[in-house]
Amino acid sequence: MAQDSGNRSFDLKAMLRDERFWKIAFQVITLAIVVALASFFIGNLTRNMARQGRIFGFSFLLNQAGFSIGESLIQYRPNDPYWKALTVGLSNTISLVAAGIVLTTLLGVTAGVASFSKNWLLFKLSRSYVGLVRNIPLLLQLFFWYFAIYGMLPNPANQIELLGIAFLNNRGVYIPWASSAGLALFAIAATIVAAIAAVYLWQWRIKVRVETGTGGQRQLVALGLLGVMWIGLLTLGIDWTMPTGIEGGGVSGGLRLSREYVAALSALVFYTAAFVAEIVRAGIQSVSKGQWEAAHALGLKASAVMQLVVFPQALRVIIPPMNSEYMNLTKNTSLAFAIAFPEMYSVATTTYNQTGRPVEVFLVLIATYLVICLLITLVMNQLNRTVQFKER
Amino acid sequence: MTTVTPDALSSTRPEVVGLSPWAWAKKNLFSDWFNSLLTVVLVTILGWFIFRLANWALTTAQWQVIPNNVGLFMTGTYPSSLYARVWALLAMICLLAGLSWGVLSRNLSTLFSRNVLIGLGVVCAFIVLFPPTRPSSLKLLPMVAIVAGMAAIGRQAGRQRPGIGNWVSLLWFLSYFVALWLIGGGLGLTPVSTNDWGGLMLTLLAAVSGIALCFPLGLMLALGRRSALPVVRWLSTVYIEVVRGVPLVAFLFMGQVLIPLFLPVGTRPDRVLRAIIALALFSAAYLAENVRAGLQAVPRGQREAAMSLGLNTPATLGLIILPQALKIAIPAIVGQFISLFQDTTLLAIVGLAELLGIGRSILANPSYLGRYAEVYLFLGVIYWFFCYAMSLASRKIEDKLNTDER
Repeated sequence: MAQDSGNRSFDLKAMLRDERFWKIAFQVITLAIVVALASFFIGNLTRNMARQGRIFGFSFLLNQAGFSIGESLIQYRPNDPYWKALTVGLSNTISLVAAGIVLTTLLGVTAGVASFSKNWLLFKLSRSYVGLVRNIPLLLQLFFWYFAIYGMLPNPANQIELLGIAFLNNRGVYIPWASSAGLALFAIAATIVAAIAAVYLWQWRIKVRVETGTGGQRQLVALGLLGVMWIGLLTLGIDWTMPTGIEGGGVSGGLRLSREYVAALSALVFYTAAFVAEIVRAGIQSVSKGQWEAAHALGLKASAVMQLVVFPQALRVIIPPMNSEYMNLTKNTSLAFAIAFPEMYSVATTTYNQTGRPVEVFLVLIATYLVICLLITLVMNQLNRTVQFKER
Repeated sequence: MTTVTPDALSSTRPEVVGLSPWAWAKKNLFSDWFNSLLTVVLVTILGWFIFRLANWALTTAQWQVIPNNVGLFMTGTYPSSLYARVWALLAMICLLAGLSWGVLSRNLSTLFSRNVLIGLGVVCAFIVLFPPTRPSSLKLLPMVAIVAGMAAIGRQAGRQRPGIGNWVSLLWFLSYFVALWLIGGGLGLTPVSTNDWGGLMLTLLAAVSGIALCFPLGLMLALGRRSALPVVRWLSTVYIEVVRGVPLVAFLFMGQVLIPLFLPVGTRPDRVLRAIIALALFSAAYLAENVRAGLQAVPRGQREAAMSLGLNTPATLGLIILPQALKIAIPAIVGQFISLFQDTTLLAIVGLAELLGIGRSILANPSYLGRYAEVYLFLGVIYWFFCYAMSLASRKIEDKLNTDER
């Protein structure tokens, strides 16, 4: 070794053959390229911005926005600052995402389970729905819903009445709703609490029945009481306003869902649910055939086989990809801007057009969507942990 | 116990019992009361829906908007005096497609089997009968002939020289640049500004370019994320996660507005190019995740075995790991390509006249006011056709590469 170290050219060759050298060299080269590119881009950016007389900063968010927003869940006037306008956009995005996730899950799981139906017609319907909707771009579907379906509804003078509780016309959909926002929030919260309680009661009942072989009546009674309480609360505790048709067209009372909102929601739900259906189908298929057969051999009914044996196992496969579908749904709400629904992206573009600050607006936009996606991931990871197979 | 009749004993093979239509319906549609109820409800709803749709399509709908604007749908505002170049491009694609078909099916005993002949017949009949294609059937029918003729030639060539497949791949690669030259002009052809590129032609060009750019990038990112080198791993991970958290519209917006800001003063790449770059940068992050899943599925022992044979890192990756990983990842990769193809519709939002964009500008024409359903249904059929063809091809490749089951 001492002899070799004197020979410099030999050292160089040895070094070039040494994997450890290349590992470090490769990282240094990569880092150098990335740093060089980044400084080139950022240098150009500062030069370009200086040429336009701008300095990077977010103080413009406090300036007066000066544009009006078509629909908003929170109070907003055109002389409010930009950050307020962006908050309105965010609230509209969240209302799309929240309703979208609930409806997508319902439709997607239904379609996924339906593809295992013994009924040939239902099976074919589920398969063709998935095959059709997944192969057509979402933006095209969005335009179709907005222009060709909701746009072709009759005008307010000839509006369609559904069972006396809802109205459809080319300005939007009118549904019954709580008379104030506080009451509506209360009703939603009560429904969520009741649903969670019902799930726990149901699991408790299954546990009791599995352990003792009988019983479960008490839990069933409790479940019934819960249902009665929930219905009682919704019908008596909350002051509903019903939409009523006005003589000569138009609707008063109730909640008006704008045509933009309904079209965006329909397109997002129908598109994403097709992917969810495929996930659910793959999840159910992943449960081994022996589980089905064993459950049937125990004498369980077809519905019980699905509920007690197959679906809980399928959930382990279903939940992780569902997370990315919910994130896709969240990001795709930005397409609603194409039909002039004032969601986050649409407000951000207006802000950019007025202030000429693309970099800052883009950073705000990235941060917002990243935070929403992160929140969804957190919830889904929690859910995933509860359904995973418990190993020692 | 049921008694076994001598009849059943003497039969040599199990007979496949064909159900009579009545028995089939009883088994699949009316097995119990719930099933029967479901069938009745579904038939009522579907019947009503189909009746309304057919009624609309045959009486109310005004389909004239489609045949009147075929040129716009296919090529956008491309100058009609230069349509010959687009036809030449189509002929080149047909030539190569026929050749590839012939080479790929060189081991089949008959190239033009009954099903293929029926398929070709249906295509020809469609071209002649379908109103939008009828005026150009004199040009489209020779295209079908080119495909069939080149398939026969390709099969002969493929049998004589088994290595010809690589040459066909090279031809496809070169054809991309010939296509750009034919569309854009230059080098002796009249130049056509990218503002006049549009319609299905631009959609396909953007999709092909996006796929070609995003695949190597996604591969590099996936390898980077799996790398043992911390700097490379961190850079790839940050890129992938940030891009996957941003909506594509925002990304395209960045492509249109920010790319010029990030470049030296005065340089402003063409807007079609900017859109394609943004599309590829976006899809690469998703593709990287699909490839990473494939890489994770390759057993650790493969890498260790390769290393112990003395292969260095690039050789291990290129010869051992990637071929296995990509094979596993093919369905997911094609799925990503399909969604990239669908995402080209978003170019309409940033002002390019691709298929959906040109549809929107046709609808803005006062003489076609309110023809939304007709135009969007037509576009939907085109997009569906291409996406479905891609997923069919993916299933074919999967079957071909699936060596485990033999």
